[in-house]
Amino acid sequence: MENKQQLTEQILRMSGVNARKCMRCGKCTATCPSFDEMEYHPHQFVYMVEKGDIEPLMKSESLYTCLTCFACVERCPRNVEPAKLVEAVRLAVIREQGANHLKPQDLPELWDEDLPQQAIVSAFRKYSK
Amino acid sequence: MVFSYYPGCTLKTKAKDLDRYARISAEALGVTLEELPEWQCCGGVYPVAKDEIATKLSSVRALNSAGEMGNDLVTLCSACHNVIKQVNNDMRTDENIVLKVNNYLKLDKPYAGETNVLHYLEMLRDAVGFDKIKEKVTNPLTGVKIAPYYGCLLLRPGSVMQFDDPENPSIMEDFIRAIGAEPVSYSMRNECCGGYVTLENKSLAAKKSNNVLESAVSAGAQMVITACPLCLYNLNKNGSDYDIPVHYFTELLAQALGLK
Ligand code: SF4
Ligand code: SF4
Repeated sequence: MENKQQLTEQILRMSGVNARKCMRCGKCTATCPSFDEMEYHPHQFVYMVEKGDIEPLMKSESLYTCLTCFACVERCPRNVEPAKLVEAVRLAVIREQGANHLKPQDLPELWDEDLPQQAIVSAFRKYSK
Repeated sequence: MVFSYYPGCTLKTKAKDLDRYARISAEALGVTLEELPEWQCCGGVYPVAKDEIATKLSSVRALNSAGEMGNDLVTLCSACHNVIKQVNNDMRTDENIVLKVNNYLKLDKPYAGETNVLHYLEMLRDAVGFDKIKEKVTNPLTGVKIAPYYGCLLLRPGSVMQFDDPENPSIMEDFIRAIGAEPVSYSMRNECCGGYVTLENKSLAAKKSNNVLESAVSAGAQMVITACPLCLYNLNKNGSDYDIPVHYFTELLAQALGLK
């Protein structure tokens, strides 16, 4: 129980989000370009973090299908900033030892000759520590 | 007019055209872009978490370096622009980040967000002026229907970027008019192309990019312009359902100014 609470507090602190401001309007999910690729939608990140239900989020592929496009941040009428919670949960996962989602040895297979450097540095910043 | 200029890693490699045409056009418009003597990669995406410090240092170094020369800092790649402007905002507003960054960097004078950051488009709009550009155009792109593609990074978060209205921007449309072409209005201009997700999820990036192109093409666009190497890559490579050309806006600027 204690762990669950600590984890929740850590996520809230890292993100700077106040999940209690959410009024459950669903606008973040309605505007999310990745919503049909996310098992947990942005509004679910908000209420699951609020409830302290972090572990299912940590196990979810949704952490890697969020595009960090910030549409949910821009369009939330309550300024909740759901993408910052997605980021904090992802960091809670990849900051664990050996938990990098993308490894340098994965690159040769993913790379193509037109791929801009920007894509590679961005993906490493998002998926690895 | 003199500005410090931060090109970023991609403009030195895969996106040389974005950089090259920006430099020659600036010169023709009476703007001197002085590349920062030393700069490091911004990291591509803004480190969102409040406790990320080391990942913000390269941006602060660039900001401080321009500040020491007494210059505003011009960026061009949408991603660098997003990262550097957001980090600058942290240095203006987040005491914890300011303290830790300055403790680490030990600059001659602590940095607290004093440098002003401008995207190249903002420099065109606010320092040069679109009217002035119009006067200098010798080779107008008359009758060409161009879809301005903003994507996410130029605009969001609107409160920090302060680049344009994040839901109803007009700077690229005004740019298109200045070079004599016709802006096409379409609904997906500020929606995501899929971004870096293309690295491990091509199908997701393909869906997003094709959605953008479908919207532009059905509005009658003959061409799409962008300021972002990754948007260009996604729209070209992953938006394969549509055959519409995608160009850097600087390339068209150089062309209109008769430099290409
Ligand atoms: S930042 Fe992520 S969660 Fe938010 S709208 Fe974009 S893809 Fe969806
Ligand atoms: S848009 Fe904001 S207020 Fe509405 S559900 Fe999403 S987080 Fe909650």
